[in-house]
Amino acid sequence: MRTFNVRRARFIALCLLPGVVFVALFTYYPVLRGAVMAFQQYNLFDLTSTPFVGLENFRAVLGEDRFWTALRNTGTWVVVSLFFQFFLGFGLALLLRRHFRGRGLYQAWVFFPWAMSGFLIGLLWRWMFNGQFGVINDLLLKTGIIDQRIGFLASPGWAMTSVIVANVWYGVTFFAIMIMAALQSVPKELYEAASVDGASRLRQFWHVTLPHIRPTLALIVLLRIIWILNFPDLIYSMTGGGPAGSTDIITTFLIQQVIGGDYGRAGAVGLLILGLLLSFSVFYLNATRFEKSR
Amino acid sequence: MRRVATLAKVVVLTAWLLITLFPLYWIVITSLKPKPEIFAVPLKYWPGTVTFEHYAELFSFADFGTYLLNSLMVSLVAAGSVTAIGVLGGYTLARFAFPGRGALMLAFLVTQMIPLFIALGPLYLLMSDLDLLNRLAGLMLVYVAMLVPFSTIIMRGFYERVPVALEEAAQVDGASRLVAMVRVVIPVMLPGIAATFIFAFVQCWNELFLAITFIDSEDAKTIPVAMNSFITQYDIDWGSMAAATVVSVVPTLVMFAAIRRYIVEGLTAGAVKG
Repeated sequence: MRTFNVRRARFIALCLLPGVVFVALFTYYPVLRGAVMAFQQYNLFDLTSTPFVGLENFRAVLGEDRFWTALRNTGTWVVVSLFFQFFLGFGLALLLRRHFRGRGLYQAWVFFPWAMSGFLIGLLWRWMFNGQFGVINDLLLKTGIIDQRIGFLASPGWAMTSVIVANVWYGVTFFAIMIMAALQSVPKELYEAASVDGASRLRQFWHVTLPHIRPTLALIVLLRIIWILNFPDLIYSMTGGGPAGSTDIITTFLIQQVIGGDYGRAGAVGLLILGLLLSFSVFYLNATRFEKSR
Repeated sequence: MRRVATLAKVVVLTAWLLITLFPLYWIVITSLKPKPEIFAVPLKYWPGTVTFEHYAELFSFADFGTYLLNSLMVSLVAAGSVTAIGVLGGYTLARFAFPGRGALMLAFLVTQMIPLFIALGPLYLLMSDLDLLNRLAGLMLVYVAMLVPFSTIIMRGFYERVPVALEEAAQVDGASRLVAMVRVVIPVMLPGIAATFIFAFVQCWNELFLAITFIDSEDAKTIPVAMNSFITQYDIDWGSMAAATVVSVVPTLVMFAAIRRYIVEGLTAGAVKG
């Protein structure tokens, strides 16, 4: 390392200052304040007294049925969405791996859901899943899969399936692109060596490809889990958490607390989510670490 | 055998492409159908009559021009600032070893993982204290904060691909560090910088929850806020909503198409390295 140098230090400080100030003031400060509020009685409609109430907000939140429903729904929302995004994405990545004529075209267009917001995607699918005028009902009727219209977003049984379908449509591409990049990072010599040894394509995939990309896959999956959990936008515009809370996830539950003006409870829910994510991440990283033998 | 495999591949990919594109097609033709046709059973997969009435309604009845301008202002200013801050911060993170660098990188990475909705309430209070509610400036500040970690990390990645020798040569020739950076490094990185800018722009253009928390006056609404209020006000007028969707998605679609390659490169480089 070079010796300490005042001009150099000043240059570094000046370059970093704006970013640090913005993130400290508008991200870390409010997040910390929200964490403190979790232990306060803090209601927007009565700011005259905001005493510390210990774990009262947590008790109130954990005592609500809606919270537990939302937590269960979060599990379904994350696990099922992830499952289909992963496997469909993997399939697409394998198909797009090698160069062929027109690959660029497929890549460009398959990518487009990414340019849309979760809010717009929710609207789009809300219209397509409409019970009366929705195109999905129409297509299912035409192909004879169903014989009468389904109120997809009006029935608690179907609503979660519907939001997950929309989420899979949105997220598959991301997985496909990431996995494709991982696949391309496998050195060609490994395959050459394997085929000299007479390994079949399937064995090559199993013994060369998979072990090589496993660390990357583990990381992508973790990031996706966090991201799907923190993604209420689509649900917000597609069902608003309904009907009867059947598509409420923990993040839409948190937003309802904020809109309701109860920042104390919102803070408590936020901390619970954070705790959940952190403990899951630690568990997950431990579980996948021993496989990180490149 | 090889032919069959290729054919199968093309068929599957084309099917997926159709599934991906169909919702877009559907919203576009909905926006072009006259009202009775939107709610006609059986559904029309091809509009019988094409009309622009929903678009006209959007700009006369709802004040969509103002919302468009607001979104444009907020997104341009915020994305510009985010990119500038990322260009500066990313440079130091890529080129210098200094105490606290690791901690700073971690602090930036962590913001991508914590549920930021916990900050929504406190941010509202902060905006209210700073008298920034219902102001575009307030949104810009928060958007910049939201996107700085991403832009800094991405820019750092781009800098690391530019050989240090390039700027050292310029410095040997007598240029200062800043001049070397501006004259030599940044031109090489222009595609990456453009990609960061557009990515940030699209994020701001699409952002909903912060905007609906801080903005409810008509003249400060951004497009997502306005569309959100369409939902509650008139149930949903699907013709206008479809038109609004098309208007708001076309600019981002065009921009994303232009930078797709760099975004993919930036993201995948980070992921594959990790």
